[in-house]
This record gives sequence, C-alpha cells and structure tokens, in this order.
Amino acid sequence: MSHARIGTLVSLVLFGAVSMSCSIEPWVKPYERAALADPIMAADRNPVSSTYMDHVREVREGARGASGSAGGGCGCN
Amino acid sequence: MRLQAGTIGLLAAACLLLAHSTFAGVLPEDRADALYHQYEGGGVTVDGPSILVRKKFGENLSVSGNYYIDMVTSASIDVKVLGASEYKEKRTQWSTGIDYLRGSTTYSASYINSEENDYFADTLNLGISEDMFGDLTTVSLSYSRGWDDITKRNDTSFQRSLDRRNYRVGISQILTKTLIVGLNYETETSEGYLQNPYRADRYCLTPDCLTDQVLFEPEVYPRTRSTNAVSLDARWYLPWRAALHGNYRYFHDTWSIHANTGELGYTHPLKWRFLGGMWTVEAAYRYYTQTRADFYSDLFPFIESQNFRARDRNLATFDTNTIHVGVTYALGTMPFTWVQKATASVFYDAIQYNFKDFRDGMADTQFAYQQPLYTYRANVLQVFFSVYF
Repeated sequence: MSHARIGTLVSLVLFGAVSMSCSIEPWVKPYERAALADPIMAADRNPVSSTYMDHVREVREGARGASGSAGGGCGCN
Repeated sequence: MRLQAGTIGLLAAACLLLAHSTFAGVLPEDRADALYHQYEGGGVTVDGPSILVRKKFGENLSVSGNYYIDMVTSASIDVKVLGASEYKEKRTQWSTGIDYLRGSTTYSASYINSEENDYFADTLNLGISEDMFGDLTTVSLSYSRGWDDITKRNDTSFQRSLDRRNYRVGISQILTKTLIVGLNYETETSEGYLQNPYRADRYCLTPDCLTDQVLFEPEVYPRTRSTNAVSLDARWYLPWRAALHGNYRYFHDTWSIHANTGELGYTHPLKWRFLGGMWTVEAAYRYYTQTRADFYSDLFPFIESQNFRARDRNLATFDTNTIHVGVTYALGTMPFTWVQKATASVFYDAIQYNFKDFRDGMADTQFAYQQPLYTYRANVLQVFFSVYF
C-alpha cells in the first residue's frame, strides 16, 4: 500500500471516529474500569525491558515493527 | 511526490486529533529503572546496562531519558566460517523524549543516538495520541526519520549512508470491563547502504557444487527496502486477579520476506507476602517464522551468479520458539518517603533458532550442501530495579 493511500485511509478513519465520538456514550463507565487500571493490565509495564527485547529480536529477525513503540537504528553488524 | 502526499495525509489526520479534545489523558508515571541485560548464544555474548528515567514537570509535561550499552564479544558461525578471530566492540545509545499532555491529546517527541566504532545512527520520533469515546479508544500516529552513517574498520575510504522513514498508526480499544484490544500498523522505507561491509556469501568451486570447497565473495544488497507490519493484541483480566495477553503480527517486505509472529502470556500477582513484599510471576511463549529474502542463498553455484546476493542468516528461512519466565518483587515498606513503589525483577528468555536453509559452514562433510542445517539456543537474562516516585 502506498504512503498516499495510507495517509488517506488514516484520515478517513480518524474523521469518522471524531464525528462519531460526539454521539456515542461510553459503554464501560469510569467507575467500572478498576480491573483495566490494574498495573498487570498495562500494555507496557516495564518499558526498559520491552525496549531491550524489541532490540534483541530486530537484530536477529527479518521482521520488525508494529510493536506499538518507536525504535531507532543501530546497525549492530 | 507519493511520499509527500502520504505525509500530508498523516498530518491532516493529526490535525483532526488536535481539533478534538473532550476527556483528559494521562501521562506515564515518574520512575527510574536500572537494568542489566545479557544475551548469550550462537557464539555471541552481548551484555551491558540500560538506565531509564522519567519525570513529570507540572501536570502536562513529562521528560524521559535512556542510556544503553551493548558490550559485544562475537565468535559467531559467520566469523568462524570466514576464518576470522573473535572480536569485541561496544555500542552506546542514548535517547531523550518529551511528552506534552493537552486535554485528551498527548504530543510526543524523542531523539535517539546510537554509536559504535563503525556505525552511527540518529533517529527522530514524533507522535500524537488521543483518547476518545469517553477514554475507551486511544488513537495514535507517529513518524520516525533516521540517518545512518556506515564506515569500515581499517578502511578510512569506506563511507556509506542510510535514510530511514517509519510511519505508525495504532488503535487501542476497551471492549468490556475486562478486555482491551489493539491494532497497530507500521510501514518503513529505507534507502541507502543496507548491508554489512564485513559479510560475504559463499559459492561453489565447481558449478555442480559437488565439492567441499567453497569460495567467498562480498555480498550485494538492494539499496531500497520497504516493509509493512500489522499486529493485533488483546489483554484480558481474569477473575482471580491475573492477566492473559495475546499478540499476532504479520510482516512482509519488498525483499519477499513474509513473517508470522504469535505470542501468548500470563501474569499472576501472588496473594501472599514473602520476605516482606508482594511477588508477581509471569510466563509467555512466542513463536516466530519467516521465509527467506529472494536474494538469499546459503550456497551460490558460481561467482556473481545473481545481481543481489546475501548469506546473512537473518534473511534465511527459519523459525524460533521462545519461552519467557519472570518474577518481580515489590517492596512492602518504602525506604524513603518520596518513593511510592520499588521493585526488583528477574526475567529469563530461552530462544531456540531453527534454520531451514542456512547450514553450519564449519561442519566437515563431503559436499558443502550436505552440511547440517544450523540451529542454536540463546539465553537472555534481564535483572532490573525500578523505583516509582
């Protein structure tokens, strides 16, 4: 998929989301989110560890990306 | 032009996020982490520290910094096959980032610098995320730009460069009181010197390859690469206070590599105290499989048999199985009043690599193509301390 199509698709999705968000009531109320707020449910409890493991895998695997976090180059010859 | 149009589209999407602000977002909590990491496997040992500090200033601004070192000792199969001796090198990386919260929108920027004696990389990341639908949905966009400079030991005339661009979009959605799912997409384009100047591929002494003698020639990689990755993940809170998480990722690129990744993990805080604190245990299994790059081969029939050639096992057909276990100890009593929480963690990962078309070039066989397929196991250890304040 070209970058132009990606940008257009993302813009359409976000425009729809923004438009719809004005009329949709949250179906999980704030006082019902205690379980979701538990630290064990955090997407990235230990960023220093998850960043390191992402690096270990990217250096030795052909695939990369879509981990939800930004990375950096390293060469690592 | 297509790249500029795509960038304009993403900027327009970011502006839509800027214009919409209802409920409040949350910045990451203040913390400091000190980690010791060690990777050992396949004749390679890499270890070193990683220090991460994050601090809020006021209610809207958070600043972070990370200092990371890799101390490498390598006598890998590739080093041995080329008749080289074990080498040591050091890579130093530091990064700094800033997050600014305005209403339900978080703006992020970070800079990463990585240096070793023959590779210099700079990366700039820009991102924006917003909570919407009553904070049930979080949409995030980010863009990275990287500039790499590559040199070569003992060759001062060798200078190459690499440009990298990443685009990421993600959506996180609370589905029920106990279930969160996420969808992430990332695309990267790289242009420039994408190979390793020390590597070589091997070819047969005779075109029929009925020989145990091989010769070596420099690898030749394409100067461009575009990648696409999409992942789906879910986190489920279990009734006995535990969490189950799952993740699937599909990847493909213009080098014809297709990869699938699946991971399943479990986190369980123990109910009783031991040694004055609370314990959390976790375990996970990860399976990874990929197909080879279309210019990869373990053994080419003759010299310069194709325009692009590689024998880097990272581009081969292989799969990995990873078992992860970890334990975290949280102090019951804080040593200082300004410390809200303090933890100590030990994580261990065992990674088994199984190559389908990369052979052990050190094996003594009648013909080179009869050498056994290469496998090895790596052990990854992490020990780290975290303080929340």
